[in-house]
Amino acid sequence: MRPTPDPFTEALLARADDALVLGHRLSEWCGHAPTPEEDLALANLALDQIGLARALYAEVGAGSGRTEDELAYFRTDRDFRNCLLVEQPNGDFAHTIVRQFLYTAYADPFWRAAVGSADPALAAIAAKAELESAYHLRHASEWLIRLGDGTAESHARAQAALDALWPCTAELFEPEPKARLPDPVPLRAAWSATVDRVLARATLARPADGWAQTGGRRGRHTEAFGKMLAEMQSLARAHPGAVW
Amino acid sequence: MSDDRRARAWAAAAAVVDPELPALTIADLGMLRDVTLAGDTIEVTITPSYTACPAMVVIGWEIEAALARAGLGPVRISTVLAPPWTSAWLSPEGRAKLAAAGIAPPPTAPADPGLFAVAAPACPRCASLATERISAFGATACKSLHRCLACREPFEAFKAHGDGSISNTASRDVLS
Repeated sequence: MRPTPDPFTEALLARADDALVLGHRLSEWCGHAPTPEEDLALANLALDQIGLARALYAEVGAGSGRTEDELAYFRTDRDFRNCLLVEQPNGDFAHTIVRQFLYTAYADPFWRAAVGSADPALAAIAAKAELESAYHLRHASEWLIRLGDGTAESHARAQAALDALWPCTAELFEPEPKARLPDPVPLRAAWSATVDRVLARATLARPADGWAQTGGRRGRHTEAFGKMLAEMQSLARAHPGAVW
Repeated sequence: MSDDRRARAWAAAAAVVDPELPALTIADLGMLRDVTLAGDTIEVTITPSYTACPAMVVIGWEIEAALARAGLGPVRISTVLAPPWTSAWLSPEGRAKLAAAGIAPPPTAPADPGLFAVAAPACPRCASLATERISAFGATACKSLHRCLACREPFEAFKAHGDGSISNTASRDVLS
């Protein structure tokens, strides 16, 4: 029996899982992006996310006696705490960019606020993550504006992706144990302001808040996530204990 | 004697090159943070440039090998994240080596560009300021891709990252 992690460790695990799952989804574009430059960009973003996941898993592992590989490759979907937004399949390029924008508009102020955390390990990770999330947000915002304010086709695809992913955004601001973590209320205000500003420049319509799809933070994931995990974990599970 | 041992250990570690940027040493890059003695053990403290820097493991091995060649050890490698690395930590020698390797050094006072703003570093080959960015992302996390409009050569630039002070980031607006 492994020890039951405390609520703070669970919250760190949720961010680690966000980063790993988003990093893996982005890495699925490697070799398939619309241009070589964008292929490089998405692979770089994936690398940043996976690096962030590793730093966070190391902290989670220190608090719960598990290794990075155990956490990434030997848990099943019900043990993952990532939000539903990041696990959504890549879809077309607009879908990927909208997912990236909606998540990063949350992650950037999250990490900036976490720099002031009373937990020194989280503060150190956040101080690096906030520098990286800033250019992730710039990348996603620029692309969303290009797509939304581009051709009729790119506009329609961006709006369709926005409408499809919007119900997954409320989960980002679910209440969490507050100690040592940024307060979700001002985060939601910062996120909402960023969304409004970029959507206005992109000539896209903000979807109405309505029914919200949640559950990822409690281990209830979408069907596509199981398939993603099966692929992501297959090598490690075929060779348990293997090292470089 | 221990000061001499520490100085020799620093010199050996400082000569280790970044495998992804072999023109520069980890000291040039500001990634070598400290060398201390803990009894017999030499503790070498390094920090990654970007969180995901994939060179960290190899750099650790290279430090162990360099100190072994210098007849020094045992060694313990310690990786720290705080304070966060910034391109402002590049040494003057490091900046000169970058330029000599055909990689534009980062601006010394990194500014936060707004949306669609593009840094236009001088061409490291012909020094022309007429350059354009091809991609904000390059072959490694720390570089971007550019092209000189004067000599027509493509080149890489070392990205400005961080500013050496996290205290002023709370008010930063990346979408300005």
